[in-house]
Amino acid sequence: MTSVAALMAWPVILPLLGAVLALLVGRPGVRLVAGVASVATLMASSRLAWEVAHQGVLRQSIGGWGAPLGIEWRADGLAALMLLTIALVGPLISVHALDHLGDREDREFLPLWLFVWCALNALVLSDDAFNLYVTLELTTLAAVALIAVRRDLPGLDAGLRYLLFALPGSLCYLLGIALLYGAHATLDVGTLAQRVQPGPVTWVAAGLVTVGLCLKTPLFPLHVWLPPTYTGAPTPVTALLSALISKGSFYVLLRLWLEVFAPVLDARVGQLLGVLGAVAVLWGSFLALSQTQLKRVVAYSSVAQIGYLFLVFPMATSGARAGAIYLVVSHAAAKASMFVAVGNIHQAVGITALGGVQGLAYRMPFTFLAMALGGISLIGIPPSGGFIAKWLLLNESIGTRQWWWALVLLAGSLLAAAYVFRILRGSFLPLPAEVKVRSIPLRNELAPLALALIALVLGLVPWFPLELLAIGASR
Amino acid sequence: MTNTWLPLSVLLSSLLPGLIIFLLAEEQRRTRTLLNLLAAVTKLVLTGVMAWGVFQGRQYETRLPFLPKADLVLRADSFSLLFITLSAVLWFVTTIYAVGYLEGTDHRSRFFGFFSLCVASTMGIALAGNLLTFFLFYEMLTLSTYPLVIHRGTPEALRAGNVYLRYTLSGATLLLAGVVLLYSLAGAVEFTERGALGAVAAHRTELIAAFVLLMGGLGVKTALVPLHGWLPVAMVAPAPVSALLHAVAVVKAGAFGITRVIYDVYGVYLVHDLGVMQPLAIVAAVTILFGSVRALQQGDLKKRLAYSTVSQVAYIVLGVSIFGTASTIGGLVHLVHQGVMKITLFFCAGNYAEELHVHRVSELRGVGRRMPLTTAAFTVGALGMIGIPPVAGFISKWYLGIGALEAHQPWLVVVLLTSSLLNAGYFLPIVYSAWFQAPREAWKPSPGRWEIGLLLLLPTVATAVLSLAAGLFAGAELSPLGWTRLLTEREFRP
Repeated sequence: MTSVAALMAWPVILPLLGAVLALLVGRPGVRLVAGVASVATLMASSRLAWEVAHQGVLRQSIGGWGAPLGIEWRADGLAALMLLTIALVGPLISVHALDHLGDREDREFLPLWLFVWCALNALVLSDDAFNLYVTLELTTLAAVALIAVRRDLPGLDAGLRYLLFALPGSLCYLLGIALLYGAHATLDVGTLAQRVQPGPVTWVAAGLVTVGLCLKTPLFPLHVWLPPTYTGAPTPVTALLSALISKGSFYVLLRLWLEVFAPVLDARVGQLLGVLGAVAVLWGSFLALSQTQLKRVVAYSSVAQIGYLFLVFPMATSGARAGAIYLVVSHAAAKASMFVAVGNIHQAVGITALGGVQGLAYRMPFTFLAMALGGISLIGIPPSGGFIAKWLLLNESIGTRQWWWALVLLAGSLLAAAYVFRILRGSFLPLPAEVKVRSIPLRNELAPLALALIALVLGLVPWFPLELLAIGASR
Repeated sequence: MTNTWLPLSVLLSSLLPGLIIFLLAEEQRRTRTLLNLLAAVTKLVLTGVMAWGVFQGRQYETRLPFLPKADLVLRADSFSLLFITLSAVLWFVTTIYAVGYLEGTDHRSRFFGFFSLCVASTMGIALAGNLLTFFLFYEMLTLSTYPLVIHRGTPEALRAGNVYLRYTLSGATLLLAGVVLLYSLAGAVEFTERGALGAVAAHRTELIAAFVLLMGGLGVKTALVPLHGWLPVAMVAPAPVSALLHAVAVVKAGAFGITRVIYDVYGVYLVHDLGVMQPLAIVAAVTILFGSVRALQQGDLKKRLAYSTVSQVAYIVLGVSIFGTASTIGGLVHLVHQGVMKITLFFCAGNYAEELHVHRVSELRGVGRRMPLTTAAFTVGALGMIGIPPVAGFISKWYLGIGALEAHQPWLVVVLLTSSLLNAGYFLPIVYSAWFQAPREAWKPSPGRWEIGLLLLLPTVATAVLSLAAGLFAGAELSPLGWTRLLTEREFRP
């Protein structure tokens, strides 16, 4: 293999190797194997990102056959940034999972997470519509197993729900690319971008692909599976779902839309996606505000935050693209930290209601701090990655003279502030006397804090990710 | 010659100690106090060096890469130094006061941590070299003051916190909208003497819209009517917090921002030309009268002081929104004078509450015999607020009055005089009954040598002396007035 091939292969091979090994060694060594695999994958991802930052876009044909016949992988700045995000956020979530799940689940969670990691990395690097389908499917199936890892009723129910929505999503997507393949005889994304013409086939294909991916992400009004699934799944799995797995399908949608579909579609279709996103922002925030269970507040917040991402489609500028990707990354870190913090609270006081946070600021200061910093990023107050994303999107909405999206962004922030501070302010109340606080391991307190700090750092040095993103932004 | 590290160090001198203090255990009282004072002194020294340098014409600028077309800029110009010096001095005395005030209470590490963050944000606001940087620190100020407002953790405090957030976050949203609008129009607007928007002056509608949004956003923290509702409610915070909130941090951040926008973003000539100055002056005048009338109705001492702040901060806004040098000098110098005088009054209110558990105005009868020094300080502050020479407040009102006449707006002189009468109406009875009426029952004697612990007494006396000094030595070149005149002349140089 040439060095470029090796560079691009390691981030996919290493977690796969780790997963297989972890399954084989079983109980005694599973943590060690997963730990080594995580560090190695992080290094491989960083190495690739480094090369992309210095050499520009890297491409590699798999098995020696180039496009349009063979499968191409392509690493641009966006892919590099996603690799880094997954490599930083995922392992921190799995650190928290160690003590949150039981011993048996632990043994199964780690290999499954490594499978998901492998599939996501392959998805990020892939530049072939069918290859994208395969990696999406792999992610979904591993995710279903993860959701049900506890084998309890809420978990199984949640897993089944997810499966029932994700499978039709995949089928829609598959049908869409089958149409494209029939019309243009290629699956390579770059070649497709050159060959597609406006016409009924393209429109139907674009519709199918979009609906399929919106089901998986999910975009309002296809989000109905999200709250019960996120609530029923074990908390570390919810964190993975919200932070990384749902971003996989959005990533595919973003790529295909901006690179293939946008030039040949009516601008009104983009507006429609924007409207649905806007409704998701307002409706999701409103529902988050009316929840009484802590985890559901954070889950509904995901509906809203995903809504913001879809504002990129009506604007469709490079600035809006950067804003949406920035939100993907900072939301991954911030939301993971929130979910993991919620997991800590459940573990420590055993209360799932919103009141469980009472006294949190005194008893679990790191968890509280993580929740506060994560919340700030969700609202979009500086200093946080969420603010940078909001700033970029706001600028584009004014710049493209679509000021109504700016109103949605600002209103969404205020609603987010309302539900975030509803959680935070309770934590300043004195700890109720009857509540027993179980002590939890320090690393469980530090994991959400580290995640929240990622969101914070994204707000302090935004020029670095933004410069990386710009590499290979247009073909 | 440009010095690149000093502005950043001024910021870090309260940011880093703040972060360290969070990590200290509750019992490490000595370490915490030492760290606090060390940081406050460091900041004073750094500020002094920078003030001297700027006076000599040196440049201080820290520029960090941030977004593609917008850097993070920290720059010390003469206007920021006015604000920084005020904050550095008052932070120092308030720290001493707070150490004494919170002796033996819970969660002090958290308190002093956020206290330092709050000052760091204020420094950032003062040093910000463009609107984006300003906005970042403006938001940071909101976040770091919220835990201070709800510090006591009572349901009442939490409710006050809710009100505070509702107002400030809505304000921030307006401000952000304004900043984005200007950014899309003119790029990263750097603060420049006499304005930076000359090139886009033709886009009148957008400029006016942005101005209204910016004023709406900044007006919340400045507590301009009708955006003032949070200020009296936030009085549940501990006394040192109220003192800092009212004198330096929050309301001043708003007033400072308004001045920045008018003079260094738009430029006073452009604002005048857009015709948005007069409406702002009217809002300020209404606020002045409204605040004074409401203050008159309050029986609670801290509430009365809060409404007095609403009124007094509007003087600053009034001064900068009348077109002319004298009024601008009056407004800007009041930024400093009001800070020093108001912090004195809040320290006194804190002393009364702490030592004698007196909260209401009617309970202050004869308090002068029991706490003569505190009451003397209160008297100085009150006389200054009314505008009686030689206390600093007189200087501000004098310049405001002259400015109103220069601008041919005699109705403003009527506003100023009415407000002074109202001020006298709500301050003089307190002063009178404190000194000349007999107490209802004998005060319990002080356990110590002084009327109250020295940590509380000294800062109170010190700020009272400062209020007097600023008035007496107003003619000196480096007095607040001298500095303000220098800076105003540059803004109006055609």
